[in-house]
Amino acid sequence: MVANCEQVCKEISNYVDGDVDAALRSTMDEHFRTCKQCASVLAGTRNVVQLYGDERMLEVPAGFGRRLEKRLAKNTAVDRRAWSSWSAWLVPVAAMALIAGGLQLAKVPTLRNFIRSQHAEPGNNIPPDLVVVVSSGAKLFHVPGCPFIHDKASERTMTAKEAMQEGYFPCTRCLRKYLKTSLTGHPGAEVADDAGVEANEEQRELLSTAGH
Amino acid sequence: MSEPGMVLNNPGQTSTREQDLISSVQGGQHELFYELVRPYERRVYAAALAILRNEQDAEDAAQEAMLKAFANIRQFRAEARFSTWLIQITVNESLMRRRRERTVPMEGIDDRRDEDSDYAPRDFADWREIPSEALERKEVRLRLAEALATLDRKYREVFVLRDMEHLNIQETAEALGITVASVKTRLLRARLMLRDLLAAGWEQGWFSRLPFEKGNKPW
Repeated sequence: MVANCEQVCKEISNYVDGDVDAALRSTMDEHFRTCKQCASVLAGTRNVVQLYGDERMLEVPAGFGRRLEKRLAKNTAVDRRAWSSWSAWLVPVAAMALIAGGLQLAKVPTLRNFIRSQHAEPGNNIPPDLVVVVSSGAKLFHVPGCPFIHDKASERTMTAKEAMQEGYFPCTRCLRKYLKTSLTGHPGAEVADDAGVEANEEQRELLSTAGH
Repeated sequence: MSEPGMVLNNPGQTSTREQDLISSVQGGQHELFYELVRPYERRVYAAALAILRNEQDAEDAAQEAMLKAFANIRQFRAEARFSTWLIQITVNESLMRRRRERTVPMEGIDDRRDEDSDYAPRDFADWREIPSEALERKEVRLRLAEALATLDRKYREVFVLRDMEHLNIQETAEALGITVASVKTRLLRARLMLRDLLAAGWEQGWFSRLPFEKGNKPW
């Protein structure tokens, strides 16, 4: 079988992809040996496929990966709630329970006095999923690493929401940024606060990625 | 048109490590999702850019596609290739955005031609292979990208998915919702048009500092 240039050009893309049968391939091979023009088309087509198929042709704008990672971290927690129908209503129920519990506590001054320590202040927008540390015998919860944690040997890790449900109050040093009032002029508080805020940022980012 | 959860009829080519990551994310370790998709972020962006032709839109679509992949990760089945699944979601997202925003694509060099008519190559010089080292030069990559951008979208989309994203013909057809025959026709034309554009680029000196033999074009 003798192929003309038009037939060869029509099949040249399939030929490059190895998508022609043996007979046609043989015919085209023969044609390329004798036709310089079609050989040129074949070489050029192969060049196009090779160059554009190179990984280096896939460029992204500067900072693309960082922005993608940030958006994924920010949004995956929301998507996770959409996965599980039970967790979709669990969150508002838990929030209502917290509010109701808080109102009850406010009505009972003896209990309020019991759970508050001299360092306790009401929380203000503490992220409920913030990882915090509590210890036995103490009434405050802290960010990990806070120098004011009592009895470090008995530390337990939980979320801020869980800590508040168990009656713990935020440490006014390491969680100062979330409190309505803040300590000033307390060198220990400053040190603890700086360290704590940095730790908080990392933990919250990780947790939001994890969907907690 | 395929939905994000669709499993392609493609033999499993997902690596063990990747499969482990997929299983972990499906099992709730969501913090591993970025690690799972990071190797494909450039391919995802390129697919979106091929369809939307605007960097900001492409980045938005790529991010949204990743989030949809995350939301549907439990629908992914091991017999599919994860990269193909991800690209398909990206194509869906990008096509949907283009329809929604009713963007009017710029006319390509061959937009008025009938897809079924033959495309005749224009340059028959005695070319030889362009070394891949040429791609080390940003200028060359830019020129190639510009040449690609001049193609009409129907050719560009097929070319990007097939030759840059390395989907096979069937996957490309499924992703774009067109027939296998259309993919082959468009791919042939896209390749031939790019070949001519590169030939013209040679005349304009795109590869002028490359170590080719004197008197020979690079293919």
